[in-house]
Amino acid sequence: MTLAADHTELIAPEPSRLVILRQVLLDRPSTMAAVALIGVFVLIATFAPLLAPYDPLAQSYIKINRVPSAEHWLGTDQFGRDVLSRMIFGSRNSLIIGVLAPLLAAIIGTTLGVVAGFFGGVVDRIISRLVDLLISFPELLLAIIIAAALGGGFWNIVIVLAAAFVPNFARVARAQTMAVRAEPFVEAAVASGVTTWRIILRHIVPNIAAPIVVLMTLWTASAIRLEASLSFLGLGTQAPQPSWGNIIRDGLNNLFGSPWPVIGAGLAITSVVLAFNLLGDTIRDVLDPETSS
Amino acid sequence: MSEALLSVTGLGKVFSAKAGLGLGRASEVRAVDDVSFDIRRGETLALVGESGCGKSTLGRLILQLIQPSSGQVLFEGVSLTELGAHPLREMRRRMQMVFQDPFGSLSPRRSVADIIAEPIDAFGLATSRPARRELVAELLKQVGLSAAIMDRYPRQFSGGQRQRIGIARAIAAGPSFIVADEPVSALDVSVQAQVINLLQDLQESRGLTYLFIAHDLAVVRHIATSVAVMYLGRIVEIGPKHEVYARPHHPYTQALLSAAPNPDPDAPRRQIVLRGDVPSPSNVPRGCAFNSRCPIATARCREERPELRTVGAGHVAACHYAGPNPIHLGEVSGMSAQA
Repeated sequence: MTLAADHTELIAPEPSRLVILRQVLLDRPSTMAAVALIGVFVLIATFAPLLAPYDPLAQSYIKINRVPSAEHWLGTDQFGRDVLSRMIFGSRNSLIIGVLAPLLAAIIGTTLGVVAGFFGGVVDRIISRLVDLLISFPELLLAIIIAAALGGGFWNIVIVLAAAFVPNFARVARAQTMAVRAEPFVEAAVASGVTTWRIILRHIVPNIAAPIVVLMTLWTASAIRLEASLSFLGLGTQAPQPSWGNIIRDGLNNLFGSPWPVIGAGLAITSVVLAFNLLGDTIRDVLDPETSS
Repeated sequence: MSEALLSVTGLGKVFSAKAGLGLGRASEVRAVDDVSFDIRRGETLALVGESGCGKSTLGRLILQLIQPSSGQVLFEGVSLTELGAHPLREMRRRMQMVFQDPFGSLSPRRSVADIIAEPIDAFGLATSRPARRELVAELLKQVGLSAAIMDRYPRQFSGGQRQRIGIARAIAAGPSFIVADEPVSALDVSVQAQVINLLQDLQESRGLTYLFIAHDLAVVRHIATSVAVMYLGRIVEIGPKHEVYARPHHPYTQALLSAAPNPDPDAPRRQIVLRGDVPSPSNVPRGCAFNSRCPIATARCREERPELRTVGAGHVAACHYAGPNPIHLGEVSGMSAQA
């Protein structure tokens, strides 16, 4: 056997991730529908000023609490504002907060979890106890406590929800990091002389990314739901800015006169949350074949 | 006789496992106990022993991948055990490792080029991306693979090919010393010889020094200069290959040799079958650690631990009754050695 000999016959190549993803979508009509629905809501949020028939903030005291009509498809609220326009603009709030809060939580939580899982020892104990403390509160309760302290408003909601989600990301990231850390290729990197931070960035993070992405999709649904809950309670999006949560709250005053604002906003919340959950489940199945049902 | 590239003195590692909340009694495991040896430049020391005897731990202690509990490692005149994290990382350029598991030791998410270039990147050995690709291509050629595969991923390769990639990574930074931790035991027998030949060719062309860890003596016969036999964390016999193979002085070495397949079908085959299992390293027998399984153990062996003593030129063994052919296989004619 000489050095020049070529030992490179290849084993059959595998289909790419994209091909697998397309096949999965074709196999699951419900996921296709979820993706389509999310797409529709994204379009609505993007083109809200073009689609909304009225200014969502414009009040009219001659058109208070109207039932649905050709003019106002979902009727008007107690200030005479067009409910459909408010819902269309409200979708922006829901979607942007739904993406931003889990993203922020993923960045902070993953950083904490990776540091705790990789270095262990005292650092791990401090971070883990902090996470245990936060996780012992239900998300909504924690969000209400922080929101009560910080007050409402767009960025405060993002911070509140991100803080409520951080422990979940930190836990998953920590457990995954400890598993990947024990892999021989990490020891091989240490033996090769790779620096600790480079090992974390090149070997740990790419290998724990899949469950973090799944978690982000699933928490997007929760973020939308929680933003609506906070706004419903008056701790989230502040009047007069529209949000699906405060549309329901305003609609409750006139529930028996016209239930349509409540029904419309409720349906919007339910369908978007359901769509993100379905998408999250599918992404989990694709990225982690072992847990697929 | 050239100078020692690596000199290990009194190296030991105690793992302690605390139960529950860290209260209660901690159980201690002496994975490696008072190990000393030298490896001369350009030579290969084969370290053999049953699984669990601490040989992989010893390899990692030498490279400081695990912190030793005691002892000293002198490599190229530098005491590794006293180095801080930064200078130790610098030393890793000179000493590398080939791993047992050709699947787990290559990151599934990195391309072959990124894997092989890991030490090149770590030490900034390539000035530009084309220079890096050129270095990787050259390394691939040296381990018998085509440069065309560098953008592929490890899952597309067989065990033998992956081990070649792992070897390319180990030699990438131009080390003088490589710990090969059972580099062929996960491979098909047909591929084992190829990989051993590759390691040998690289040793000649690059002047490498190896610590070659294996669990049987048959594999190392080809590549070793010297052989060290380990049992329960201690070295029981060490010496030049021909000495150890021809005149094993420790009964354990003799038993291991008798278990290795002999290519000559007409040679008299007397196999020593050791009774029982290896005792748990957390509960090593008193006296000689081997006494519970040794066919010639006496009361003395159960009381007094034998130290390593010289039995030939550069040949030492830790047995009270060390001598050529201690179990007297040849002399007891007609008797089955399977006592």
